[in-house]
Amino acid sequence: MKIKSNALAMALSAVLLGLIAGAVLMAAIGSNPFLGYTYLFRGGLMSIERVGNTFATAITLTLTGLSVAFAFKTGLFNIGASGQMLMGGLFATIVALTVSVPRPLLLLFTILAGFAGGAVWGAVPGYLKAKFNVHEVVATIMMNWIAYWIIYYVVPAYFKGAYLETESRIIPAAASLKTPWLDSLFRGSYINIGIFVAIAAVIVIQIILKKTTLGYELKAVGYNRDAAEYAGIRVNRNVILSMVIAGGLAGLAGTTFYTGYASNIQIGVLPNQGFDGIAVALLGATEPWGVFASALFFGLLHSGKGFMNAMTDIPPEISDTIIATIIYFTATSVLLGRMWTFLGRLRRRRKDESDKEVQK
Amino acid sequence: MEYIVEMLGIRKEFPGVLANDDITLQVRPREIHALLGENGAGKSTLMSILFGLYHADRGTIRVKGNEVHVTDPNVANDLGIGMVHQHFQLVHNFTVTENIIMGNEGRFVLDVKSAAKKIKELSERYRLSIDPDAKIEDISVGMQQRVEILKMLYRNADVLIFDEPTAVLTPQEVHELMGIMKNLTKEGKSIILITHKLREIKEIAERCTVIRRGKYIGTVDVADTTQQEMASMMVGREVSFKVKKEPAKPGEVVLNVQNLTVLNSRKYEALKNFSIQARRGEIVGIAGVEGNGQTELVEAITGLRDIVSGSIKLHEDEISALSRRKRNELGIAHIPEDRQKHGLVLEFTVGENMVLKTYYQTPHSKNGFLNEEKINAHAQRIVEMFDVRSGQGIYSPAGGLSGGNQQKAIVGREIDMNPDLLIAVQPTRGLDVGAIEYIHKRLVEQRDNGKAVLLVSLELDEIFNLSDRIVVINSGEVIDVVKTEETNEDEIGLMMAGIKRGESR
Repeated sequence: MKIKSNALAMALSAVLLGLIAGAVLMAAIGSNPFLGYTYLFRGGLMSIERVGNTFATAITLTLTGLSVAFAFKTGLFNIGASGQMLMGGLFATIVALTVSVPRPLLLLFTILAGFAGGAVWGAVPGYLKAKFNVHEVVATIMMNWIAYWIIYYVVPAYFKGAYLETESRIIPAAASLKTPWLDSLFRGSYINIGIFVAIAAVIVIQIILKKTTLGYELKAVGYNRDAAEYAGIRVNRNVILSMVIAGGLAGLAGTTFYTGYASNIQIGVLPNQGFDGIAVALLGATEPWGVFASALFFGLLHSGKGFMNAMTDIPPEISDTIIATIIYFTATSVLLGRMWTFLGRLRRRRKDESDKEVQK
Repeated sequence: MEYIVEMLGIRKEFPGVLANDDITLQVRPREIHALLGENGAGKSTLMSILFGLYHADRGTIRVKGNEVHVTDPNVANDLGIGMVHQHFQLVHNFTVTENIIMGNEGRFVLDVKSAAKKIKELSERYRLSIDPDAKIEDISVGMQQRVEILKMLYRNADVLIFDEPTAVLTPQEVHELMGIMKNLTKEGKSIILITHKLREIKEIAERCTVIRRGKYIGTVDVADTTQQEMASMMVGREVSFKVKKEPAKPGEVVLNVQNLTVLNSRKYEALKNFSIQARRGEIVGIAGVEGNGQTELVEAITGLRDIVSGSIKLHEDEISALSRRKRNELGIAHIPEDRQKHGLVLEFTVGENMVLKTYYQTPHSKNGFLNEEKINAHAQRIVEMFDVRSGQGIYSPAGGLSGGNQQKAIVGREIDMNPDLLIAVQPTRGLDVGAIEYIHKRLVEQRDNGKAVLLVSLELDEIFNLSDRIVVINSGEVIDVVKTEETNEDEIGLMMAGIKRGESR
């Protein structure tokens, strides 16, 4: 329990320090930080539609964040969420464009295809790691670019859009994760049923990690490979499996992004959300619900920055800078931890001294 | 100045553990003062407080008569207190000199030459015979320890704390270290020796402070106190050094290793045509100097290492091609040599660690879901039976336990699996007499219950104490197999050096 509350305190102080750093920056370029933050947060929250957009941005980030966090539990650093997202998006788009079955079934197929696309893209680095000890950071980065170029050729060759060569055809409404009732509930925002996919993924991953023998094995391998091996756990199988699931989660992110948030897939873009997932996972202390919370927060910053930019002179890059600063503070959470203990000690010493005074 | 270091009424509490409760330690100048206590008694905490790594909740520290506040290790350094850690803190691809001046380089200009000269002088003065230009990775563990000592001397430490310094040394190196420590006191240094090896205390310490479960028990003059007396002060009851056991009644063969050849990590033959047997109801001790194939033998039997040729049979079944898990299930338990590397997942709780090999079996899980209740009950039982002490019981992270308690947890887990073959590698390494006595009893109990026990140990005392038969191993070959009652330590010592019975030296 103690560790968890520490992680929460750490995350909150990282956020706070990031916001302060952003404020300093805004002040430095001659803007009013209070005004800036007011518009930033209003931009993400002031209307039901904007809240919907915040959620919509958070869907993808939750899934990529989960992807990174899950691999991390097994001691793997998945930098390839972007490529896995692309492949998931491609698989999902192909199903959406070519399969014609009733809508519920079609959505199920799309989601499964998305998961599979990402899973395959995660499996390759997992296999290379298990079999040849190729470092997963290198392998996943390579896979990002392979995915990027596959999209670059496959989309124009087989699924060319009606007007533009650089994107696929628009998927039919029946295949989109966008749904009328959510649309009307959130007044036409980007939100889609991906939100349920994301929440379900959070719950499932939470259960896997906490309650199952699979989670036990994955964590044992992540924490101490030698001990896992000693105990008879099949380390290689778990490394591959972990990357398959992590890739699948990023594939789901791609599904919700390309067949929910958007309605087609573009070539020549390596989605940023894959890399943002690293930040989301770090800030969320690689815990599923933490990931969800931090994805919501990042979603808020992302969807609010446009409004801030429109209403003030503050460039939208400030909001990216805040995110970057928060990542720095999260990454240096050891320092933050030290700061807390130092402050605690200072307080205690002061108390001791005043106690002594009283005794005199 | 009667005392060079005084720690008076020290109290330190961690969540759930009172590590130090009103402890007093007074060290005279130029003495070797032993600090004796079981694992987890609070020795390390006390020394960490003196060294500035922890802060006492209460109590005062005086150095050379003045009250001091040791807020961090730098302050300890300035006060002339130095610590030789159990795990050396050296950069392996740096030279001795570079390691010693690290953190003390001076500003702007790195004057390695004059530093090396000073190190050479110190080395000669204290007879450490260290080459300042040697790289750490090229020198022996014993030499590395001397570098740690030199580091302290270079920083003008007057009080040196040795944290279990002999745990990593060979008998020869231990002997040399004792000489060095005596030299140090002759040259005016004072030494605090943290240990639980009574023999060493008897050999070199003048006085000894005993703590037990965080409490101060007393300080005695070593010359007037027997090892027995110190042991009972430490443990709180009478301790027997010898395990009582009936003669073995060996039954059928459980483990049968024939003509086994195994490569080590460098692809050299670690075992050549190696054969041993272990029967029901006997303890077979493998005696040998470290690195003569013991590790590879155990790894081959448990499935952590592939074999080149030969056969390994458990009862009648050939197991050399089976997976590790399968071998576990067939009845092999293994107390590994390195408890932190192999034995435990330190980030897991004690409870989770207790099912490291059985988490997937009923009743610990069903259809892939863990049954937390059953796991906790199982863990609780082992923890109680084997007296594993920790702050929050089975919910403590395993990494937070003292070494002895970690070891008891592993021994408990493995014995509880009720194996036909129990492989115990250095089962009491780094443990105090109380824990050793306890673990030895349990191993003998396994034997008496008709199990085969394969004991690998570098401590001849332990081999002689427990084994019914002794297999002496040298360079991956069996030198001889002898019955314990028909041999003695000298003979085994010669065999360990590779000299067979009847051969002239």
